[in-house]
Amino acid sequence: MKRRTFLGGAMAVAVVGYGSSTLAQQPPIKIGMSMPQTGGLAGGGKASLLGIEIWRDDVNAKGGLLGRKVELVVYDDKSSASETPAIYAKLVDVDKVDLLFAPYATVPTAPIMPFVKQRGLLLMGNFSFQVNSKVGHDMWFNNAPWGPADSWAASFLDLAQKAGGKNMALLTADQEFAQNLALTARDVAKKRNIPIVFDQVYPPNTVEFSSIVRALKAAKPDIVYVASYPPDSAGILRAVNEIGIGDSVKIFGGGMVGLQFAAVMSNLGSLLNGVVNYNTWLPEKSMYFDGTKEFFDKYTKRAVEAKVDPLGYYLAPFGYAMGQMIEAAVGATKSLDQKGIAKYLRENEHKTIVGPIAFSADGERKETATLQAQFRGVKDKDIEQFRSSGRQVILFPDKLKTGDLISPFEAARN
Amino acid sequence: MDLLLGAVVLGVLLGCFYAAVSVGLSVAFGLLDVPHVAHPAFLVLASYGVFQLNESYDIDPLLAGLAITPLFFVFGLLAYRVYYETFERRGSDAAVRGIAFFFGIAFIIEVLIILQFGVDQRSVSATYIGKSWRFGEFRIPIRQLVAFAVALALTVLLAVYLSKTFMGRAIRAVAQDEEALRLMGANPVRIKQFAFGIATAVLGIAGALLIIVAPVEPTLDRAYIGRTFCVVVMAGLGSISGTLIAAIILGVAESIVLTLFGASWAPAISFAMLLGVLAVRPQGLLGR
Repeated sequence: MKRRTFLGGAMAVAVVGYGSSTLAQQPPIKIGMSMPQTGGLAGGGKASLLGIEIWRDDVNAKGGLLGRKVELVVYDDKSSASETPAIYAKLVDVDKVDLLFAPYATVPTAPIMPFVKQRGLLLMGNFSFQVNSKVGHDMWFNNAPWGPADSWAASFLDLAQKAGGKNMALLTADQEFAQNLALTARDVAKKRNIPIVFDQVYPPNTVEFSSIVRALKAAKPDIVYVASYPPDSAGILRAVNEIGIGDSVKIFGGGMVGLQFAAVMSNLGSLLNGVVNYNTWLPEKSMYFDGTKEFFDKYTKRAVEAKVDPLGYYLAPFGYAMGQMIEAAVGATKSLDQKGIAKYLRENEHKTIVGPIAFSADGERKETATLQAQFRGVKDKDIEQFRSSGRQVILFPDKLKTGDLISPFEAARN
Repeated sequence: MDLLLGAVVLGVLLGCFYAAVSVGLSVAFGLLDVPHVAHPAFLVLASYGVFQLNESYDIDPLLAGLAITPLFFVFGLLAYRVYYETFERRGSDAAVRGIAFFFGIAFIIEVLIILQFGVDQRSVSATYIGKSWRFGEFRIPIRQLVAFAVALALTVLLAVYLSKTFMGRAIRAVAQDEEALRLMGANPVRIKQFAFGIATAVLGIAGALLIIVAPVEPTLDRAYIGRTFCVVVMAGLGSISGTLIAAIILGVAESIVLTLFGASWAPAISFAMLLGVLAVRPQGLLGR
């Protein structure tokens, strides 16, 4: 090796070494959270966590926050609401974390809302639905694109009414998220004078949906609004395919959690065709912002290793965006003061890889960015097909729309 | 009326499926007095075995279930031997400590499945999944008909085996009077070990039915602990034909409630029926 090259290399190593030793000298900034790693929500929880971990690695590669390394303190909440209060008390009182991220989903998040409000703590929400509506905590900011409470049901019913739907059937899981969705759907239906001809709540652990689908079919609804959780969504769609749902149905779906995950989509394959369901991110041209492509390049590589959702559209980029918002707020306020960070988050619009995010007073998005998309031309057992555009045609919101609804439901299935 | 008839038909099919997933427990818990709370975890493990064979080699799920049956027999022999050496041999509170042992096994199985397959739902493909038979307006999912036929055959075969063969009678004998069997020169521990192997082996087929009926995920066993023990206790401990009858009653009751009265009531109804049966017949439907 030439002397000059050796010296140059040594200096480079020294500079890198100096940078990382400065980073290592100060205690890290700890961000605490629980995340479903087992149980029914684990598929989503693991993907969400990977998104947050990619942000952590990116921000640490850039020098961390306030010159300090970012460290995640994560516990498995087993998808259970009974686990999270104790975990968050431990994160705050024993682990002494600096900031809190909420676990994925409504059910594990709902019981920690009184705790964070009582302690005056900032909580970055992670895809909960309306957990702050009654608590009224002013330091809650949800990364999900839901927006105003009724916009989800309203957008689905807009599509349904345009297709000629006049009455509605509601099938919902007996848990917090689905019941919140059902509540808003009933309200919107009442305001629009849409009679509800079938309204069933099924308990967790329901194994077989054939009987329920038969009863639903007998009610002859025009609109079928389903709010289900991952373990059930596949069972419901399978039963619909076998038992049939009737020619009267103009539109089917709305709030089925699970149909956003690669394994479920791949398993169900062509059974998905025709279903109109909510989503958060899809590989369409209008949905790429600064850093989106780079994020998915990293995610796709790491997802294989981590054995998590290979697509990761639904949650992972929003986990990353949650970190981006904290990064911007801490950078702008130059402190970890939670009140200051909350003020900054409330008063500014934030650039993220899922687009600009602005919050209303309740900590939810000012405007809904929740997509309603119809599955089209899906084949069996092919995950890769979902990476190309056109498999889920965006019907709402208008600014992202990529096609029109095919109705009735049975016609859209072919 | 059509709805009620449909509910009864679907309930019978569902009930036979419940019988298939409970019949192994009827042998392990009902006949052998082993507090086998890991039974549903073994069942889910079998489903993942079937999934692996179906995914990798495109083997029909039922054939895959048959293929893993010998492995599960050996697995059952080993599991019982460990349980016997560490708990049963050591005294009267073996049952209580045995529950902790089997809970531990169940958690280990759950974690191993997560490590190997991840947490996502898994399902299998076969020509009879996702299709239905039509009778006019009425449709029956073919996967449920397959589950019904296989479950019925499995339960009948096991009942015949236990009542007609020499080894089957020996298993019944060890359940009734272990000491008497010892006096006859037979080794009750080896017979119980063999019986536990049989109880675990049938899970190969039952696991195939589980993943045929619905997708599986690593923690699905928790949904089946209540149901399987409910069926076995309602049937009368150790009664195989009772297991079939109790499972069908449970399936029909669940189906009628789901169809006509509202899904929220379904879990309450099954356990209310269990309490009702035990109040009238504490020994269960066909228990002695």
